[in-house]
Amino acid sequence: MSGADDILLKVDNVSLSFGGVRAITDVSFDIRKGEIRAIIGPNGAGKTSMLNVINGFYHPQQGRISFHGQTRARMKPYEAASQGIARTFQNVALFKGMSTLDNILAGRALKMKSSFFWQMFRHGPALREEIEHRKFCEEIIDFLEIEHIRKAPVGTLPYGLQKRVELGRALAMEPTLLLLDEPMAGMNLEEKQDMSRFIIDVNQHFGTTIALIEHDIGVVMDLSDRIVVLEYGHKIADGNPDEVKSDQKVIDAYLGVAH
Amino acid sequence: MHLLYQIFIDPFMQMGQAPDLLVQTLWEGLVGGVLYALIALGFVLIFKASGVFNFAQGIMMVFAALTLVGLYEKGVPAPLALLLAIGVMYLLALGVERVVLRPLVNQPDIMLFMATFGLTYILIGAGQLVFGGDPKEMPVAALGLPKGAIDLKILGGLVSLQKIDIAAAIIASIMVAGLAVFFQKTRIGRALRAVADDHQAALSVGISLNQIWVIVWFTAGIVALATGIMWGARSDVSFALQVISLKALPVLILGGFTSVPGAIVGGLIIGIGEKLGEFYWGPLVGGGIESWLAYAIALAFLLFKPEGLFGEKIIERI
Repeated sequence: MSGADDILLKVDNVSLSFGGVRAITDVSFDIRKGEIRAIIGPNGAGKTSMLNVINGFYHPQQGRISFHGQTRARMKPYEAASQGIARTFQNVALFKGMSTLDNILAGRALKMKSSFFWQMFRHGPALREEIEHRKFCEEIIDFLEIEHIRKAPVGTLPYGLQKRVELGRALAMEPTLLLLDEPMAGMNLEEKQDMSRFIIDVNQHFGTTIALIEHDIGVVMDLSDRIVVLEYGHKIADGNPDEVKSDQKVIDAYLGVAH
Repeated sequence: MHLLYQIFIDPFMQMGQAPDLLVQTLWEGLVGGVLYALIALGFVLIFKASGVFNFAQGIMMVFAALTLVGLYEKGVPAPLALLLAIGVMYLLALGVERVVLRPLVNQPDIMLFMATFGLTYILIGAGQLVFGGDPKEMPVAALGLPKGAIDLKILGGLVSLQKIDIAAAIIASIMVAGLAVFFQKTRIGRALRAVADDHQAALSVGISLNQIWVIVWFTAGIVALATGIMWGARSDVSFALQVISLKALPVLILGGFTSVPGAIVGGLIIGIGEKLGEFYWGPLVGGGIESWLAYAIALAFLLFKPEGLFGEKIIERI
């Protein structure tokens, strides 16, 4: 089942450092089309840095990343976005003064093509496009069950809903690869269950490949097809949930070792 | 007792006795207000999209108008000079993005603010170098703008409306309405607000900061050009004009730094308040209150609405 064809993203010997601090050392793994791939590890293991490398916020000093079989040079985040990589953030990065709907519409930025000229007057192609994309966004709003907060400024929403809106904005980009940075951090049990359901739905109905970082090991084991474990910037394990669960290095990393 | 009478009753008696004078004063205030609003609009555009108070907005207005007049005086036909002036504003936007904004991305706002000071002096220098420092006359007729006045015999008196003022009011209204829709309802407008809100998040959904900044500065440049033409038509085009841009400060305080409608309402309140104050209450203190009255009005508003009339309420969950 794992031919080279179904590899969507490949990370090859990537190393990243900030001055003298090595955030990631020589890490390689791949993400297959259509799977849910989890990246876990203790705090400071380099998980978020890895995500930032994948979507172009950071540029690794060494190593290569290929997406859709194409190896890329330095890439800006908006270029990653235009290739179909969407993400959410650990600390919710929404446009706080804007409404839920506007936030999700902002995710359509790359899909709207009408020229500055028409935009200026909001006529002709620009208007048709607005209507078409509004429809798409309403579908996302339905899907995520956030109809009631459509017009609310997202800054006023409770945290759990903000996380959901952020997911909606990422979905609006119709991504091929969706990166979720701790989508369930700070949520209660019920909210976690909702979010898990959305993640599975996105994966199964839209066929979106998902890479997620999460600290709730129970959730990770249930959701993901394969798991990468990082510790101090090194990869210490890689495999399906059962393999990872029984890996001695992983147990040591999480529980500590007696010296 | 007499003083109270002079402050609270006498001015209104005067207004009642000579309604034509009142209408004339209101009109002058309205026109002044519209022009203040246009200047404020330039500031709002840039503040909204980059969180920077652009100190150079005033000089951008002078520079744009100067380019237009300078080219015209060198024999370029007026419509072509107008197009070229628009082109120069576009080049300016490209330059500012490349040389000022891009290297300073992620730096504290105060640094960008200081950088706009630098930009101000560069533009003053460049303007003087290319076009000289003498005041120039705006070629009103060649640009197709009306001249002269309409005299209305109403209310038992004479109200005189300058045609150029009417044109200014119409053009300003169209620009403001267009920009308001542009900001609220279009992709680029949304992208502008998104960039203002959160750079990283904007990048992650595929918005290019560089492109947005060029668009914002270009739009502000167009507004500056329109403002420059209107102010220039009423007086001369000279570097002294940039002082007027400081009048945008109370307008911004009043309207809120982030609101396009706020800029227009704020401008009107300041413009009308200023003229009424000067004409009816000014004589009490020997006149000359026009120069500071705007700030006093703004201060009074600030006591009750610190975010301005239409400013975005800052919401912070804790």
